[in-house]
Amino acid sequence: MTATATPTTPITRRAAGTKHKKRPRTASEWIVLTLSIAGALLVIAPMLLLLINAFKSPAEYANSNPLELPHALSFDGIKTFWSGHNFPRALWNSIFISGMVAILAVVLSVLNSFAIGIGRVKGRNWLVLVFLMANLVPQEMLFDPLFKLYDKLGLLSNSWSVIITFTVIQSAFGTYLLSSLLGTFPKEILEAAAVDGASRFRSLRSVIVPILRPTLSVLMVFFFIWTWNEFLLPLAFLNTSDSLTVPLVLQQLNGERQTDTTTLIAGTLISIIPTIIFFLFFQRTLTRGITAGAVK
Amino acid sequence: MSSLTRIKRPQKRPAEAARIPERGRGKLGYWLYFIPGAILISVVIFYPIVRNLRLSLYHWRGGRAPEHFTGFDNWFALFHDSAFLQSFTNIALVVIAMVIVPTLLGLVIAAALFDVVGRRFGGKVSSLLRATYYLPQILPIAVAGVMFSWILKPNRDGVLNQFLSTITGHAVTVNWLGGQYSTAIVSAMVLMIWIQLGYPVVIFMAALQRVEPELYEASELDGANWFQRFRAITLPQIRPEVFVVALTTTIAALKVFGPIFILTMGGPSKSTYVPSFYAYQEFIKGPDKGYAAAIASAITVVVFVVAVIFIKVQTRSERKDAS
Repeated sequence: MTATATPTTPITRRAAGTKHKKRPRTASEWIVLTLSIAGALLVIAPMLLLLINAFKSPAEYANSNPLELPHALSFDGIKTFWSGHNFPRALWNSIFISGMVAILAVVLSVLNSFAIGIGRVKGRNWLVLVFLMANLVPQEMLFDPLFKLYDKLGLLSNSWSVIITFTVIQSAFGTYLLSSLLGTFPKEILEAAAVDGASRFRSLRSVIVPILRPTLSVLMVFFFIWTWNEFLLPLAFLNTSDSLTVPLVLQQLNGERQTDTTTLIAGTLISIIPTIIFFLFFQRTLTRGITAGAVK
Repeated sequence: MSSLTRIKRPQKRPAEAARIPERGRGKLGYWLYFIPGAILISVVIFYPIVRNLRLSLYHWRGGRAPEHFTGFDNWFALFHDSAFLQSFTNIALVVIAMVIVPTLLGLVIAAALFDVVGRRFGGKVSSLLRATYYLPQILPIAVAGVMFSWILKPNRDGVLNQFLSTITGHAVTVNWLGGQYSTAIVSAMVLMIWIQLGYPVVIFMAALQRVEPELYEASELDGANWFQRFRAITLPQIRPEVFVVALTTTIAALKVFGPIFILTMGGPSKSTYVPSFYAYQEFIKGPDKGYAAAIASAITVVVFVVAVIFIKVQTRSERKDAS
């Protein structure tokens, strides 16, 4: 069986293209397009290589060129990785940790920025800087003292050690972004709420948060991905085999001498899949959000 | 100090003081909302910073061993430590790979995608290409690193070696990561460029949407070519974004850990150490935790200084623009 060939129907772009066209496309424009596509192919080439090789059997992998398509589909590598390294457990750990951080860090960012942006407390510019420090400080500065602290509290190899740490680190960016947003929040809305007898907390919960919802959902997606990808501190805090996250399982597999190459390739491919699904799902939110912090 | 008072003044206006009027409570009530944030940041961020700064003044073997106060001995020792100095030299290369190359390439790619591909071949093509360039940004660094170390395996196993053998016709067996410093550090730099590139592309493409098309039309009438237009109009217009990208990627470069940990483990023979990795190694395996704390503190100081310089430069250029 050969690899699946997707039937591609040639799409006539003429109809769609005419509205862009004032003059015919020049040769240099075609060159720019070709170079852009070549660059993009170079970027995804490593992932395509994984895809080609993940379904080869160990014997076929050993005897073939990695650039060749597999002759037969073998799921050995994927099976070994899935059950041998308890991938479902790692997947759950990653989802639980990243999900909790996404929610808690957004809540914390909203509380901090409410006092800074709406409350306009004294020294708020300095407070934003203080919270930003959580984002600036290198993680190796945190890892040894926190390791001992979590050890004392019995939180080592427990998801909550990572959740607490990254809730604080991620909320630094959230506090920074939301403070500047809330600084320009329309005053009339808040006054109207106060006239209706709403307390501060009530206005925050029932007026401000609903209005901010689009931004908060962008922040959540970001916090989720950033936490999912974290490496150093989870590596330090999570040591038992059933507490590992997806990146840690893959790193562990990579470090073992006896690991079979096809298992490693299959493991890498499987570890990429949740990220890609997430990416496709939230593509629009992401591109909207990436620029949110950049432009004032 | 003077700039501080200038920032503070507007908030004293009475109109601002009562943004949400509530019986009997003034501004003090807002401080209540800081309680969870303040407790958490004190425990998770400030306690470790203070503890490590203190520890950097001691020799300590860890565990139950006694601590010996040494003043700034550990800090002075850093300047004579070849591994530490090498790790800072490598940071210069990391800055090239994570800041300079991605920013320059990102400008070119963003301009090509926005100006040419987006305008002449349709927005769908350009956003698909943009998403492709961005994809490595959201991959976990561990996953990206394992993928690259598979491609760069030594001997005949390696994908890159096999590829080179096929096109050159004779067996290529380069030990990319473990053989020598030059190939190891270049491999790590390629991984960093691959990861970083999508970030400036996306930010700059968003920035280009702000540029008024009239400016371009005017310059086209004046007979300016694409490059002149890019330099005279595009670049000055998107300067704030270039600045943000430079700031965030420089700080990320100073803190870089994952690519080195996964690709080279600092090898061959400590040549590809970066400060973060060095501090981590010393905390885990080193004989003196005080020295490890000094390395970590030194990086922290450098990161804060760089951040402050960047912010100062930015406010100065903004003030210049305003006047």
